[in-house]
Amino acid sequence: MHWSTNTGVGLVAELTLVEAINDAFHVELGRDANVMVMGEDVGRAGGVFRATAGLLDRFGPERCVDTPLAEAGILGSAVGLCMAGWRPVCEMQYDAFSYPCLDQLITHVGRYRWRTGGAMEFPLVVRMPYGGGVRAPELHDDSPEAYYVHTPGVKVAIPSTPGDAKGLLAAAIRDPDPVVVLEPKLHYRTMRGEVPEGEHVVPLGQARVAREGTDVTLVAYGAMVPLAERAAEELEDEASAEVLDIRTLKPLDEDALLASAAKTGRVVIVQEAPRTAGYGGELAAILAEKAMLDLQGPVVRVTGYDVPYPYWQIEDAYMPSVERVVDAVRKLLEF
Amino acid sequence: MPASPVRPSGRFVGVMAQVLPAERDLRRVIGDGDGVPDGEVEGLSEQDLLELHRWLVLLRTYDERSVVYHRQGRIGTYAIYWNHEAMQAGSVYALEREDWIFPSYRESAIGLLRGMPASTILSWWRGHPAGWWDPRDWNVASICVPIATHVPHAAGLAWGKKLRGERTCAIAYFGDGATSEGSFHEGANFAGVMRAPLVLFCNNNQWAISTPVSAQTAAKTLVDKAVGYGIPGVRVDGGDVLAVYEATREAVTRARAGGGPTMIEALTYRAAPHATADDPSAYIDPQRVEEEKQHECLGRYEAYLRRLGLLSDEAAEAVRVEAVELMRTGIAEAEAEPPPDLGLVFENAYADPPPSLAADLAELRRILGAPGA
Repeated sequence: MHWSTNTGVGLVAELTLVEAINDAFHVELGRDANVMVMGEDVGRAGGVFRATAGLLDRFGPERCVDTPLAEAGILGSAVGLCMAGWRPVCEMQYDAFSYPCLDQLITHVGRYRWRTGGAMEFPLVVRMPYGGGVRAPELHDDSPEAYYVHTPGVKVAIPSTPGDAKGLLAAAIRDPDPVVVLEPKLHYRTMRGEVPEGEHVVPLGQARVAREGTDVTLVAYGAMVPLAERAAEELEDEASAEVLDIRTLKPLDEDALLASAAKTGRVVIVQEAPRTAGYGGELAAILAEKAMLDLQGPVVRVTGYDVPYPYWQIEDAYMPSVERVVDAVRKLLEF
Repeated sequence: MPASPVRPSGRFVGVMAQVLPAERDLRRVIGDGDGVPDGEVEGLSEQDLLELHRWLVLLRTYDERSVVYHRQGRIGTYAIYWNHEAMQAGSVYALEREDWIFPSYRESAIGLLRGMPASTILSWWRGHPAGWWDPRDWNVASICVPIATHVPHAAGLAWGKKLRGERTCAIAYFGDGATSEGSFHEGANFAGVMRAPLVLFCNNNQWAISTPVSAQTAAKTLVDKAVGYGIPGVRVDGGDVLAVYEATREAVTRARAGGGPTMIEALTYRAAPHATADDPSAYIDPQRVEEEKQHECLGRYEAYLRRLGLLSDEAAEAVRVEAVELMRTGIAEAEAEPPPDLGLVFENAYADPPPSLAADLAELRRILGAPGA
């Protein structure tokens, strides 16, 4: 870990995305003795991606818990832990391994506060690596964000940079409501970036303009943000493309979305998940309802296809690519 | 050891082919007044025995009045627990006030035993937000409607309290059908691994709506499942409030001593429909139901108390009048609750709600012309 000063404001480090998550854990568990981490292999092994490395030794087996292999049991017992005053952070080992926990998420996590008339809080976090491009076996590649976003009572964040990975996780841990954080595993170790040292919180509900532009807005989150940035570079001679990183899918920063749409008049949404009823459809619907007169063309989606995530030798054909985004932008500019 | 694990003959014998062998290691205290002697539970005073009676009557009265209220259109669909009262009263009596109760819908009124107003529970069945409660006020979790999904909650709470160094236990109630659910398994397994101070209380009334317990499992008894979690299991007569009390007291004592969870299977028979919306005539033998009604749990306990000379007609009547009065007050209070403001639709799901909810509420008020727009 390499630390350097950040223009005198505070220390920053160049960290990989997964190192930034680990940093957030060390800071947040150190800050609040009620925060605990639980999941499969999170303790002794430090997580299969090492996101929780060092926590067991530093905070002990009661606050960094290797659990049985049972995702519904992890999230279900986390509900009870909240009732006992803990703030559990549950790791789901992979995106698609989280599906067994959906029962608890839908039937209880998103409802329990409401069920108590708002009396009890359930400040738990569910975090998981998500997304493809890592040459993995089946069910290690999914983008399940729509299932989570669709569930009332929970919030959903997806960082795209190491700094946001730390800051959004810290915000999720401190939030009084249940928050699901999906982390782009493709960039766990392939992306480095500046990460503020110590306490660093990126508030939920605030999008980020990753790149300024005037002709078209590329709306993305997670692993699709750097892809959109590469597409914007590719288009540099043809159009000035803005890249809006949504960061928090729920609550959505609608103002930022509408402001960018008003500024450029053209929107392309890039989403790795399958197209139908995906989060991009929600963004498109909001633009249709609230930005009609600002738009100079249809809202276009570049998404994964409505198929099971393919075998990895052909996964690149499934993933949204720079070529597909550039093609969509060109068509929109010609509309 | 239980004071008197009596095994009378004649009762629960000749069960229908589709139910489990009921006699297997079934603990009982109450005899039948006819050859099978009464046992006793060490440590229970006469006052305790009468208080247990009061609890049974309270629960029974709530249940019977609720069925009437439903027929009168004063509450919605209601899950009947008639002949389950001994399991609820006996187990709760073994708890301390600080211990947490995780009820299923079959134990909807169990909060009465902690002093929760009847109006709160009636409001819940009336679909009124006055039926919301803060679980910390009674250490009674919210009523769990989906089957078995509260078992992991109870495991988590018990584990979390233990991590904090508190001596609190938890008890989770679920039915025979629930033991087929993954959530039961994951919760029981978590509790076993974490040695959580938890009582897994299975009220085996032998029916999951229309599905007999033989269609739920190939296990000989439900408590056999405890072996798979490395935890003790005990099987009691669920119609015997004293056997239930004693088994629960043992489980709670073990839990507080760091011995981890215990599974209790309490065997009874669902002698009433699953719920007010259910017509069991299509799937249940009415003659069997009538037989079971003949030795329902409250009557058995009252006969036991009378044999001991502890219960007079006057005393029994006084307890009943008290319970009926409580229900009369409860339904009156529940019906006096003002209609909830539609704004409640948008409240309470989040501590910090998305701004879109406030916009939705304002829009709805505008359309409906409601005040406060």
